Amino acid sequence: MQVDFSRNHFELFGLPIQFDLDNPALEQTYRVLQSQVHPDRFANLSQAEQRASMQWSTRINEAYQTLRSPLKRAQYVLQLQGIDALAEQNTSMPGDFLMQQIEWREAIQTARHTADAAALQSLEDELNHSARTLRDGLTRQLDIEHDYPRAAEAVRKLKFMDKLVEEIHDAFEALDS
Amino acid sequence: MALLQISEPGMGTAPHQHRLAAGIDLGTTNSLVASVRNGVSVVLNDEDGHALLPSVVSYAADGALRVGDAALAQQNLDPHNTIASVKRFMGRGLKDITDEGSFPYRFVDAPGMVQIKTAAGVKSPVEVSADILRVLRDRAERTLGGELAGVVITVPAYFDDAQRQATKDAAKLAGLNVLRLLNEPTAAAIAYGLDNASEGVYAVFDLGGGTFDISILRLSQGVFEVLSTNGDSALGGDDFDQRLFCWVLEQAKLPALEAKDTRLLLTKAREAKEALTEHREVRITAVLSSGEMVDVCLTTAIFNEITASLINKTLLPTRKALRDAGLSVEEIKGVVMVGGSTRMPRIQAAVAEFFKQSPLTNLDPDKVVALGAAIQANVLAGNRSADDWLLLDVIPLSLGIETMGGLVEKIVPRNTTIPAARAQEFTTYKDGQTAMSIQVLQGERELVTDCRSLAKFELRGIPPMVAGAARIRVTFQVDADGLLSVSAQELHSGVQAAVTVKPAYGLGDDDITRMLKDSYAYAKDDMQARALQEARVDAERLLDATQTALAENGTTLLDAAERVAIDAGMDVLKTRLSGSDHRAIKDAAEALNQATHEFAGRRMDASVKRALAGQRIEAL
Repeated sequence: MQVDFSRNHFELFGLPIQFDLDNPALEQTYRVLQSQVHPDRFANLSQAEQRASMQWSTRINEAYQTLRSPLKRAQYVLQLQGIDALAEQNTSMPGDFLMQQIEWREAIQTARHTADAAALQSLEDELNHSARTLRDGLTRQLDIEHDYPRAAEAVRKLKFMDKLVEEIHDAFEALDS
Repeated sequence: MALLQISEPGMGTAPHQHRLAAGIDLGTTNSLVASVRNGVSVVLNDEDGHALLPSVVSYAADGALRVGDAALAQQNLDPHNTIASVKRFMGRGLKDITDEGSFPYRFVDAPGMVQIKTAAGVKSPVEVSADILRVLRDRAERTLGGELAGVVITVPAYFDDAQRQATKDAAKLAGLNVLRLLNEPTAAAIAYGLDNASEGVYAVFDLGGGTFDISILRLSQGVFEVLSTNGDSALGGDDFDQRLFCWVLEQAKLPALEAKDTRLLLTKAREAKEALTEHREVRITAVLSSGEMVDVCLTTAIFNEITASLINKTLLPTRKALRDAGLSVEEIKGVVMVGGSTRMPRIQAAVAEFFKQSPLTNLDPDKVVALGAAIQANVLAGNRSADDWLLLDVIPLSLGIETMGGLVEKIVPRNTTIPAARAQEFTTYKDGQTAMSIQVLQGERELVTDCRSLAKFELRGIPPMVAGAARIRVTFQVDADGLLSVSAQELHSGVQAAVTVKPAYGLGDDDITRMLKDSYAYAKDDMQARALQEARVDAERLLDATQTALAENGTTLLDAAERVAIDAGMDVLKTRLSGSDHRAIKDAAEALNQATHEFAGRRMDASVKRALAGQRIEAL
């Protein structure tokens, strides 16, 4: 098959390989590319064209999802440097962060048991705020200082926090029903 | 003043090039067919001027098949053999039907999908749906004056893989070429969006006869992007009737009823519900087969009270969809109401209260889905319109596989834009393990037993290794219809296994062939003629597509030898087209498909490059 897997996600969208992202450019290019390759454009054409279209459209969706999410994008920039931030040998975390994470988790559980929606909301705000600080740090670590070990640690922290936000959403859902 | 439009040479809309296409809303209560005529999407009426075809099929003992109003008339007389709301059983097993007792049908537990015993034999929900689709197909072909090149059929956004597959099988059985399965809320958004040219984020609240969907969409620069979707594939107007029916039983202190009376009271309940849209009080009266009179008075207040929990059941998925989209109520620019059940004043009030704005109801909620489907069908059939748009939809439910301890590992999360592919690696659990059983699941819960099993298959021939050394990559591919195929490969040895997800629920190709044979509409000669006709239509479509591709890129993307091979393939197919052997035509078409495989890929590459180049120039 001709889908060109040698080009990385950034190259596919004609963007520089860096964490700092021109979001409007990404979205604009995504739309232009999908308008060219989406299966809806080939529904009445040959099987070969439909197959090629599905492969390309899938590829563009995958690249877009990766670049759009700061966590996935950071992980991907590291991957291009040959670093798997979430590999098992890389899971050691600083003690203070682990403590913080346990506190967050306990707070979520307490809020869930006491059906305290306001507490859940303020926890989510707090997590979002911390995530933003980590993302700002990533721009520096990845694009300027090229400090990949620290960037990888930040990615792991973000991954933890992502899971916590998911738990908060689950808790909200539990409150709803 | 509107200017006259002149099309680009070769892109004209000469009559012979216009392919007939239709959008079909295969609903729980009613079904419709629409088509774009003279640039406007219109619902096609039957000979009596009715747009809505009741989704009811009656199989009488004398072999008479009735669909629509004629079947509806049989409902109270012959409840066992008159199937309504069959959409609820599509892709469902008997154990999925929790309210089995409230239907007057004789269910048959069959592997995969539940079946229903009728006077005309045991019927699968797929066959019943196909009977409805055939009527709509005839209606469209008669009105439009020719064979349909393709159709778009709508499904609830929250339909899972089994339900989608069953819908596609029904279409196949009815002899329809399905261009796309389209999610109902998305279809509605197309109908609204193109009419009002609105940009922004919209919620589509779709409460039909048997299903509820909520979708959050962003409309921007001609792109409809579904941000999230949620719903309940077993919640609809029927449930309101059911509540009302139970209330009547209680009020009139009636014992368990026989099928006829159940049907009668359900009909009365529905009529009373509909009457409450205009009135504040209705009287429900009926004479049961025992001669007993039922006479109760229903007020809006009582109705609201007994159905309050159903209203709540719609708001729950609505909150989830908003949360998944990462949006607050304030960011929703408009709320589109779809489905006949949204006529209920209580629903409109609840939606207005939740979204803090009055919902949009300017298009007929019964017709809006079919109208949108027709617009999409027209484009997919290749009748490009001047204002091109693109639709980016998502899968409603997460897909995953079973891992150790009965847990589900999610591979494609819900609300992922389709088409999508995801791969994940797994390993063996025991030393020397040479086979692995892979169970494919759909749903949001962590335990296998709480999710729907879509398929089970085995990867065999893994070379014996110590536990944890084998690397098995499982790849999920979801196509633009939201249908899944799964493959697995052991990376050291290259051993492969693949399934199109069909076995657990849904029908195999053999079943379809058998049903086609059984079907009343197809005598033996007919089967042959039909196969030939289908092969010809497919072949002509392929020749047409190849011709277009060659005209565009034949000189730039092919070397002389490749060109000769494709030309030869086309010649063979053209020659066989005049013959009457459908297999020979199919083989030649397949050969041409193979010959153009590489070319198609290059064309796609070239168009991506072109698109990117255009981008950069614009950016300068």
